[in-house]
Amino acid sequence: MLMPPGSSDLYEKRKGVYPKAVDGFYRRLKWAVMAVTLVIYWVTPWLRWDRGAYAPDQAVLVDLAHRRFYMFAIEIWPQEFYYVAGLLIMAGVGLFLVTSAVGRAWCGYACPQTVWTDLYQHVERFIDGDRNAQIRLANAPWTPAKIARRLFKWSVWLAIAFLTGGAWIFYFADAPTLQQQFWTGTAAPVAYATVGVLTATTFVLGGFMREQVCIYMCPWPRIQTAMLDEKSLVVTYKDWRGEKRGSLKKAEAHRGDYGDCIDCNQCVAVCPTGIDIREGPQIGCITCALCIDACDKVMAQVGRPRGLIDYCTEEDAEAERRGRAPRPVLRTLLRPRTIAYLMLWCGIGMAMLFALGARTRIAISVQQDRNPIAVRLSDGKVRNAYTVKLSNMEARPRPMAVTVDGLPGARLWTDGMTREQARLAIAATVPADSVAKLRLFVALPDAGPQRQDFRFAVRATDREGGGHSEPAHFERPE
Amino acid sequence: MADEKHIDAATGTELKGHEWDGIRELDTPLPRWWLWTFYATILFAIAYTVAYPAWPMIHNATHGVLGWSSRGALDKELAAREAQVAPIRKAIAETPIETLPGKPQLMQAAVEGGRAAFRVHCVQCHGSGAAGSKGYPNLNDDDWLWGGDLATIEKTIFDGVRNPDHTATRMSQMPAFGRDQLLTGAQVDDVVAYVRVISRQDRPSVAAQPGAKLFADNCAICHGPAGHGNRQFGAPNLTDGIWLYGSDADTIRETVWSGRQGVMPRWGDKLDKATVRMLAAYVHSLGGGEAAPLVQSAEGAGDVGR
Repeated sequence: MLMPPGSSDLYEKRKGVYPKAVDGFYRRLKWAVMAVTLVIYWVTPWLRWDRGAYAPDQAVLVDLAHRRFYMFAIEIWPQEFYYVAGLLIMAGVGLFLVTSAVGRAWCGYACPQTVWTDLYQHVERFIDGDRNAQIRLANAPWTPAKIARRLFKWSVWLAIAFLTGGAWIFYFADAPTLQQQFWTGTAAPVAYATVGVLTATTFVLGGFMREQVCIYMCPWPRIQTAMLDEKSLVVTYKDWRGEKRGSLKKAEAHRGDYGDCIDCNQCVAVCPTGIDIREGPQIGCITCALCIDACDKVMAQVGRPRGLIDYCTEEDAEAERRGRAPRPVLRTLLRPRTIAYLMLWCGIGMAMLFALGARTRIAISVQQDRNPIAVRLSDGKVRNAYTVKLSNMEARPRPMAVTVDGLPGARLWTDGMTREQARLAIAATVPADSVAKLRLFVALPDAGPQRQDFRFAVRATDREGGGHSEPAHFERPE
Repeated sequence: MADEKHIDAATGTELKGHEWDGIRELDTPLPRWWLWTFYATILFAIAYTVAYPAWPMIHNATHGVLGWSSRGALDKELAAREAQVAPIRKAIAETPIETLPGKPQLMQAAVEGGRAAFRVHCVQCHGSGAAGSKGYPNLNDDDWLWGGDLATIEKTIFDGVRNPDHTATRMSQMPAFGRDQLLTGAQVDDVVAYVRVISRQDRPSVAAQPGAKLFADNCAICHGPAGHGNRQFGAPNLTDGIWLYGSDADTIRETVWSGRQGVMPRWGDKLDKATVRMLAAYVHSLGGGEAAPLVQSAEGAGDVGR
């Protein structure tokens, strides 16, 4: 931006952005995306999923207190968090894929900052009127009427912000219960704090910060700019067709001197980030494509072909500028880079699905007593002790039996038994969806190798069966 | 340069006038809200140093008007924890130790409390894993001088072993047979040879025969005719695989010659009832704990252990 000579302003006041309402293909697409994303956000915690008597019936639940993550038929334990990591990696690769194919589509359509800002701007138009009325009101003195209007607008914003912040907590506890607790003041303090913080951030970011978040705070636009290449679709003002711009009247007067752009500034008026797309690609452009809708409408009115502002790759822009035909969109989308991203994305997804289908829902983990490792008993034998954890990841109690493999003559006993009662297998019923801890002792004659490798094995003794084993050692004093 | 404006042709933005290898810095203004946020953090920092301990002085730091200190916070947390476990400690102190295993939750609390107390009071001699060392019994094994059931362990901890000026203490006397000239050097050697035989470390031999008579006359009164020990006197079983001081001939000779007078403090004086009970529960849980004996047998009690 050009600074007036002699000015020493190091800091800049936010320039008001009052985007004008617009209708068109992309606007309708944005409506659809907004509806889908908001419905997903608000409805998901209320979906139910029957898991039997021992597990919560909420379809999507991040149960931090019990360290469980439920997503429909999938239940994830903390040690299986790599599935969540995998999902995040898929989300990352998905963004690479989308960015390399259609540019900053995430920013323009699906980013929560965009969706909520869009929602807030509609509320604003509903209360304050469209662009011109908004500018008039912003410049008007603070009369009671303006104050009333502002308070009304902020209240509606705040209500939306509260619903937004309020919905978040339902992902972390049983939604109907938590709602009741929330209103009766018996929910956990962290629930109220979370709602408070998210209400405040939604209100401030959606109502006031808006495009400043994208331009100054968000790292993603910077990363995306680095990921775009000459074959990515970006919103482009076709200057070779539009310039030299001038009003209809001028164009009539000097036929041939002027391009298609009639300099009506509609593209600027509808822009939610307040930029002029005709200056070329820039960090402020979130590629929401509303300027395309606005320009198409004007072109239709003046009887010129649509697409003066349009999704276009840099390569096509160059081709068109030289009068050649652009590549078909499909060929732009399907190129080695996007196909590679797609394969990677699908590969990770398939690997996760496979791992999910093949995972066991029963596990044993063994920790040997290290201090002391071996204890000599009065009859001369040597005793080792192990803390064995049996995980039952099914939502029902399961009978299990623990045995040792590869340790001839070994009998097991627990701290609830005496050594005389030692046996080949220790039976235990592990409660649903939990870990049972056993302390197991093994005694063997003193004569033998100093360290013997063997395996602790667990198997379910119910009809479904299944099992798991883990290596362990038996050690004798030196 | 002062009045001269440098404008970047490509962006129309004023330049700062700095240049590094042809890279020039644009004078792009920061958003004003950023500036206010920055001021707000400065104000917060000042308020924080007023409210909390912050400025270093010569001997200490300013205390802060809120009076917060990390030590105070720790004390508060410890007091809160103390108040939280007080009912459990009270319940443990009021429950006779024999009935503790019947209350699994209380028993578990006692074992865990004992584990913590053991780290503070017992590890100096018995070791962090309670594995003991020469002269200090291993508490993990199944060999007990005085008995390995809960009540007996608790009494041993409460009254100590060979505690001076304490009548209730565990007291056993292994005489210094050689030093006090109760036996001659040769007789001590004979007894040692015999003990090596009954503990199955040496094969029976003619050389060990004289020791049998000496053992019956001098040792059997406490250690029993077969050497199985007697828990009433704290006399160790000489036929098992566990030796407090060592099972080699030299060490056994030293034991018979000079006697052994190991001491354990009486913790009843230093710790409250609940802590002693918790220590007993912990020691009992280490793997060698015994069930309470139904009949107290004088001879061969050492065989009761599993």
